[in-house]
Amino acid sequence: MSTEAADTLEISLQVNGAPVRRRVASRLHLADFLREELGLTGTHLGCEHGVCGACTVRVDGEIVRSCLVLAVQADGARVETIEGLSAAGTVGALQRAFHERNALQCGFCTPAMLLAAAELVERQPDASREDIRRHLSGNYCRCTGYQAIVDAVEVVCRAHRAGGIR
Amino acid sequence: MKEGGTMPPARGTMQYIGASLPRANALRLLAGRGQYVDDLQLPRLAHAVMVRSPHAHARIVSIAADAARDAPGVLRILTGPDVAQLCRPYVGVLLHVKGMRSAPQLPLALGRARWQGEPVVAVVAESRAQAEDAAQLVEIGWEELPPVTDAETALDPGAPVIHPEFGDNLCFERVVDTGDVDAVFARADHVVEATFVTSRHAPMPLETRGIVADFNPAEKHLTVWQSTQVPYMMQWILAHHFGLPETSVRVIAPDVGGGFGLKIHVFGDEMAAVAASLVLGRPVKFIADRLESFVSDNHARGHRVKMRMAVSREGDILAVDMDDLYGIGPFSGYPRASVNEGLQVVNLAGGPYQQRVYRGRSRAVFQNKPMYGQYRAVGHPVACAITEGTVDLAAAAVGMDPAEFRRRNYIPADRFPYTLVSGPTFEKLSQHEALDRLLAMMDYTGLRREQAELRPRGVHRGIGLASFVENSNSSSATYGQGGVSIAAQDACTIKLTATGGLAVATSLTEMGQGAHAVAMQVAASAAGVPIDRVKVVLGDTDATPYGGGNFGSRGTGIGGEAVFQAARALRANILAFVARLTESEPSLLDVREGNVVDAESGALRMTLEDVARTAYFRTDRVPRDFQPELTVTRSYAQKYYSGVFTNGIQASYLEVDTDTGFVKLLRHWVVDDCGTIVNPLLVDEQIRGAVVQGIGAALFEQCIYSPEGQLLNGSLIDYLVPMAAEMPDIEIGHCVTPTATSELGAKGAGEAGTAGAPAAIMNAINDALKPFGARVTMQPFTPERILRALGKAGAA
Repeated sequence: MSTEAADTLEISLQVNGAPVRRRVASRLHLADFLREELGLTGTHLGCEHGVCGACTVRVDGEIVRSCLVLAVQADGARVETIEGLSAAGTVGALQRAFHERNALQCGFCTPAMLLAAAELVERQPDASREDIRRHLSGNYCRCTGYQAIVDAVEVVCRAHRAGGIR
Repeated sequence: MKEGGTMPPARGTMQYIGASLPRANALRLLAGRGQYVDDLQLPRLAHAVMVRSPHAHARIVSIAADAARDAPGVLRILTGPDVAQLCRPYVGVLLHVKGMRSAPQLPLALGRARWQGEPVVAVVAESRAQAEDAAQLVEIGWEELPPVTDAETALDPGAPVIHPEFGDNLCFERVVDTGDVDAVFARADHVVEATFVTSRHAPMPLETRGIVADFNPAEKHLTVWQSTQVPYMMQWILAHHFGLPETSVRVIAPDVGGGFGLKIHVFGDEMAAVAASLVLGRPVKFIADRLESFVSDNHARGHRVKMRMAVSREGDILAVDMDDLYGIGPFSGYPRASVNEGLQVVNLAGGPYQQRVYRGRSRAVFQNKPMYGQYRAVGHPVACAITEGTVDLAAAAVGMDPAEFRRRNYIPADRFPYTLVSGPTFEKLSQHEALDRLLAMMDYTGLRREQAELRPRGVHRGIGLASFVENSNSSSATYGQGGVSIAAQDACTIKLTATGGLAVATSLTEMGQGAHAVAMQVAASAAGVPIDRVKVVLGDTDATPYGGGNFGSRGTGIGGEAVFQAARALRANILAFVARLTESEPSLLDVREGNVVDAESGALRMTLEDVARTAYFRTDRVPRDFQPELTVTRSYAQKYYSGVFTNGIQASYLEVDTDTGFVKLLRHWVVDDCGTIVNPLLVDEQIRGAVVQGIGAALFEQCIYSPEGQLLNGSLIDYLVPMAAEMPDIEIGHCVTPTATSELGAKGAGEAGTAGAPAAIMNAINDALKPFGARVTMQPFTPERILRALGKAGAA
C-alpha cells in the first residue's frame, strides 16, 4: 500500500519533444505524472475510469486515456499533450475553429476534445456529422450541446480536405 | 422602471451588444492554460482525503485512527468532534418559507452518519496518495440504523425518523388553494390525470468540486481558492462559521469547470479542508474524485407528482390539481435550503397558461440519501413536464391539435403583467409569437404529414411540444428575505486606465457561460471604447465589488446591468471632464471608438489616453475646482418582481423503436425569449447545452438506490450522461422582449433549455406511442420502461 522505494521505477520518455527522466511510483498513472511531476495541467481528470475522456493525450501518435495508463507503461514512449500540440497544425486549426464557434464553455473537456477531434480530422477528413459525433462520443462535455463542437470539427475537416491546414 | 417603450438613446449605437463575438477568455482554455483549482500548487501544500460513511444511516460507535495517524506523511486526522470545535453548526432553513425545518449540521458526521458518503473523518497528509493510503487504515465501528430511503413511505407512522426531535420526516409543506377546485372538476367536460416521476440525479460538471484553503497564522488570514459560483457567499460562510472577521477571508474562484448550481452550496468535505488548514497553518487541498462526487454532491429532482386537469369541451383549461412529493437529503441544504424545487413546482404547475382555479401541494421529506439542492432550472423541469404532459392529455381528450390547444390557453398578450394565483408575476411573455416562430421553424404541418406517412411502414415517430417559463433576475425574495447572506445585487467597478483602456471588475463569476465576455461587450459598448482595450477581472473577493455571482439565470440580467450602468457613468464623467477642459457642454460631446468627439460632426476632441494622462499625470492642466472621477462603481438589483420570467417553447422530433424501446432523437427546436441578447453565439450554445442536460434527465440520468440506501450506479460507467453521438442538432430561434426593469433589458438564458427539454421529449415519445395506447411518465424514459408501456417487457 505504501509508496516505498521498492515500489518506484525509473522511466525515460519523450514529452512534447523533450526528453524526461524520472523515478516514479509504479502505481502512478500517466495523467498524475504529467500533471503533478511535469506541471502539464492542460490534461484534466474527470473520472479516472476512462469514461469521460478529459485526460486524453497522445502516446506514440495514438490517443489514449492517460488515467488508464501507468506512467511506467509510458517508459520509452513519445507522449504529446495539449501544451505541446497547441497553436500549429491540426490542433491549432481546431483551436481557432472552436474559438470562433464557441465550441467550449468551461473548457475542462476542451484540451482532450481537441486531441480526439484532431485524430479524426487527420484520419478521416471526409467524416460526416454523424461520424464526428460518434468519434467524439467518448469525450463528455457538460456545458455545450456538442453541436458547436461538431460544427467546428466539420469546418476543420473541410479545410483539411481542401489542403488548408499546414 | 423606465417608461414603457423608451430605450436609452445610446443603445442604438452599442456596437458590441448583440454581436456574436468569440470569447477572449476562451483562448487560454483552448491552449490548456486554464487554471482550475486542482492545477494550483503552493509551497507546503497538504492534501485532505475523506473517510465516508458506507451506510445510509448508522451510529458511529468508535473511530480508531492510530494506525492512520502513524502512516507515512500523515499530518493530521480530523474527526467530527475535532471540526465541531472549530466550526459553528449550520441549519439550512429560509426564514421566510413558513413551516420549513432542518437540524443543525456539521462538516463531519457527529455521532451518526445519515447518508452513504457523508464525510466522517478527514485525513491530511503530505501527498494525496499518502492521505488515501492512511484513510484506508481508519477503522470506524458502526451500528446500522434503519434508513429512510423511499419518499413515499417516509411520512408513514411507523417510518424511522431521521431527526427524532421533529417527530416525523417532514421538512416542508406548501399548499396553494383557490377554493372551488372539487366543484370545477365535478362539472368539467373532461378530466385528465397522470402521475409523473422524475429521477434523482446530479449536476455532474466535468470538473469535480475542489478547494485549496490557505490559513496564514501570522496574519490570521484565510485565502481560499474554490471551484465556486459564489465567492462572496463563501466569504461570508467561512468567516461566520470559522469565527474569522470577514476582512480576514479572501475567496478566489479560479477557472471553474462547470457549475450548474452544484457549486453554490456548502459541502462538509470542503469545510473540513478549511478546518484542516486552520489547524495546520498551511495550505490544504481537497479535490473530490468522481466516485465521491456521486455520493457527496448535491442531487436534485426526484419528484412524484399526481396531476389532474379539468378542461371544457371547447378546450379551455378550467382547473389544475397537483400533489408533489419529493425526498431531500437528511438535512435541508445550506445555506440555500432544499425547498426551492418544491416551491417552483407549486408556483408553476399549469403556469404558462391562464390560471383560474388551482390547488397545489408540495411536500419535501428527509431521507437517508445525499444532500439535495438547487440544480440548473430548479423545479422548472418538473413543473414543465407535469403541465405539458397533462396539456397533451387534455388536448387529446378534447380532440384538438396540441399546438392549437396551447395557443388557446396561453395568457392573452394584453394581460401582462400577469400574476399567477400561486404568487409569481410574469412581467411580459411572448408565448403566441414564440409558438408561431417554432411551428414555422420546424415545419409543423410538414412533420405531421411525414409522421402519418411513416406509420404504415412501422416507423413510429413522435412530435412533442413544451412551452416553458423560466425565472431569472431574482430579487431578494429568493434568499435575502429568508435571512440568508446571499447578495441579490451585483456591482461593477470600471476605471479608465492610463492609456485609455477600461479595467472592469465585476462581481459576476465565470464558469464557462460567458460572463467575462458579456462584461467586456457591455462595458465597451456603453463606454464607447474598442473591445480590445477592455480587461475584465472577476472571481476574487479582494479585487471585485460585492455581489451575488452567478446562479439562477441572473448573470447578464443583474451583473450585466451593473456593468452597463458603471460604463455609462464613466462615460458621463469623461464627458463632463472634457467639456470642462474644452469649455464645451457634455451634451455636445460623445465617446466613440475610444475618443472623445464632437457629437454632431464626429471631429476628434481628445483621445481617451489624453483624458487619462491629463487626469492622472498633468493635473496642472485640470481646473482647481474640478476633480475628474475616472473610476466608478455602480450596483444593480432587480426590485420589481420576485423574478423576471423568460418564456419560450421547445419541440422534439424523435423515433421510437417499438421492438427495442430505444429512442432516436432526430431534431430539436427551441424558441427562447431572454430579452436583450448581448452575444447570440454564447446564448445559443448555452441553450443547446441546457437542452442536452434536460435530455439527460429525460433519457439517461438517474441515481439508483438499493432499499438500504446504497447507490448502485455511482460511477460514470454506470450512470449515463448525454454524449455527442446520441444528441440531435438543435435549432435555436428567438423572440426579444426586453425587461423594462433594467436599461440593458436582458433576462436569463442559462436554464430554460433544461426546463423544457424533458417535457418535449416525453410528449414526443408518447406521441409516437399513441397508436399503441401506451404512455410513459416516469423519467428517465429507458428502453425498458418504454417496452413495459408497450406491454412487451416481462414482469421481472
